[in-house]
Amino acid sequence: MTSQTMSAEPLLRVAGLSKSYGARIGCDDVSFDLWPGEVLAVVGESGSGKTTLLNCVSTRLLPTSGTVSYRMRDDSWRELYRMGEAERRFLMRTDWGFVHQNPADGLRMTVSAGANVGERLMAVGDRHYGNIRATAVDWLGRVEIAEDRVDDQPRAFSGGMRQRLQIARNLVTHPRLIFMDEPTGGLDVSVQARLLDLVRGLVSELGLAAIVVTHDLAVARLLSHRMMVMKDGHVVEHGLTDRVLDDPQAPYTQLLVSSILQV
Amino acid sequence: MSDSVAETLPQAPSYNFAYLDEQTKRMIRRAILKGIAIPGYQVPFASREMPMPYGWGTGGVQVTASVIGPDDVLKVIDQGADDTTNAVSIRAFFQKVARVAVTTETARATIIQTRHRIPEHPLAEGQVLVYQVPIPEPLRFLEPRETETRKMHALEEYGLMHVKLYEDIARHGHIATTYAYPVKVEGRYVMDPSPTPKFDNPKMHRSPALQLFGAGREKRIYAIPPYCDVVSLDFEDHPFKVQEFDKPCALCGAENVYLDEVILDDRGGHMFVCSDTDFCEKRRAAGHVGEMAQAAE
Repeated sequence: MTSQTMSAEPLLRVAGLSKSYGARIGCDDVSFDLWPGEVLAVVGESGSGKTTLLNCVSTRLLPTSGTVSYRMRDDSWRELYRMGEAERRFLMRTDWGFVHQNPADGLRMTVSAGANVGERLMAVGDRHYGNIRATAVDWLGRVEIAEDRVDDQPRAFSGGMRQRLQIARNLVTHPRLIFMDEPTGGLDVSVQARLLDLVRGLVSELGLAAIVVTHDLAVARLLSHRMMVMKDGHVVEHGLTDRVLDDPQAPYTQLLVSSILQV
Repeated sequence: MSDSVAETLPQAPSYNFAYLDEQTKRMIRRAILKGIAIPGYQVPFASREMPMPYGWGTGGVQVTASVIGPDDVLKVIDQGADDTTNAVSIRAFFQKVARVAVTTETARATIIQTRHRIPEHPLAEGQVLVYQVPIPEPLRFLEPRETETRKMHALEEYGLMHVKLYEDIARHGHIATTYAYPVKVEGRYVMDPSPTPKFDNPKMHRSPALQLFGAGREKRIYAIPPYCDVVSLDFEDHPFKVQEFDKPCALCGAENVYLDEVILDDRGGHMFVCSDTDFCEKRRAAGHVGEMAQAAE
């Protein structure tokens, strides 16, 4: 997968990021850069600190130490944890997206699909019902949800549809960076394949940068350019996805790759 | 205000003036002053137990008790009427514990405690309108977390309020919210105007009267000082509109007022009459006659 928007300067810079829960380590001294249009997969077993890392980077969880810097649309670098809360939240709902593993966490289950997609538009000041609705219908189409479902609540949607709706809701403001926490967890394989196809298409079409947390190496192989393998809060291996999967160097990565079940 | 019990209430020495003790009134007045200083902002206060159940206007009663003085003239309305249970009992309460003059005339009253309506007779400078509020948080049904809604107010993140209006249009083809219609006060705070019909929203805009809102169970006080901008939220292509009625009041023939439907029999007979009883009576006394009143004569 290639992207046209690769540029010389990174979009996100993470340096020495650590989070400890008392004496326990969430993640320890993680550093990486993320370039525009690049998809980074974070893999590892349960409890390896993947989600802690994702939450720290996406400002949902205050890290114990380390810095996260982001290149704003005007090309100025800002340290996320030195920004005011209002500015950070504004960034989160315009320039970023967050796709939760459980769609119910990322959607408003009691309002229609159209309103779910339109919420971010209204949050940034769109006040024209007709335009909001037209944009919502357009985005539902792009994630393969039929137009006549625009007024249905996500409660009436299947798991796969909910996940696609969540993606549409996040992409409507044309973010540059999207975080995904196990986006295909809890979906059956055929639905998973369709969703991966869709995400892959959208990412390359829109030139999105993404950090995808997953325990599924197949998902990482399909979606990501680069990958980071975590164990017990530490990054044990970091490299191009194909290289890491085909020629794992660290003993833990070798174990992980050899644990994939063959059909 | 701090008259001793013996001077003001010789027969009932067990009550302080206006029921609440002076320290409580002081606390509530401070909340009210803060509310006036930040129009539309919900000020938390230590709501007291009142001798009536929650939902009967405990917030409004506490606000009234804190601002009322011996020279005030009190009017209490419930759904626009002076003679319904809630209005009668709250009026009797203040007659007993504050021995203030009471009235049903909007123009004569200095304090009007209300549930659900703003009187039709225009309010004047110096009058205080006290609302009884059941749920002060306009975002409550969209965002159940209080921590989150407070943050949304603080950061002025009001996109969610429009999600509710969007939902209305998507489901009903128009904004179907008819009461507790959200407003923006002085271009800053989004506020729930309590369950008044949206018909009354325009009356809040630049009103010369002071408007105080008390929510007893939720322990919040908020205010709109006189001459504040109060704008009802809407969409560019679905602008805010108030309710319209096909017929004038059946008793007094008034138009452009808020009407209640009254069921007359079990065969579908009904009539529409002014919800503001004082306004209707005044008009009838002045010789205006509606359709039904004519037929009865």
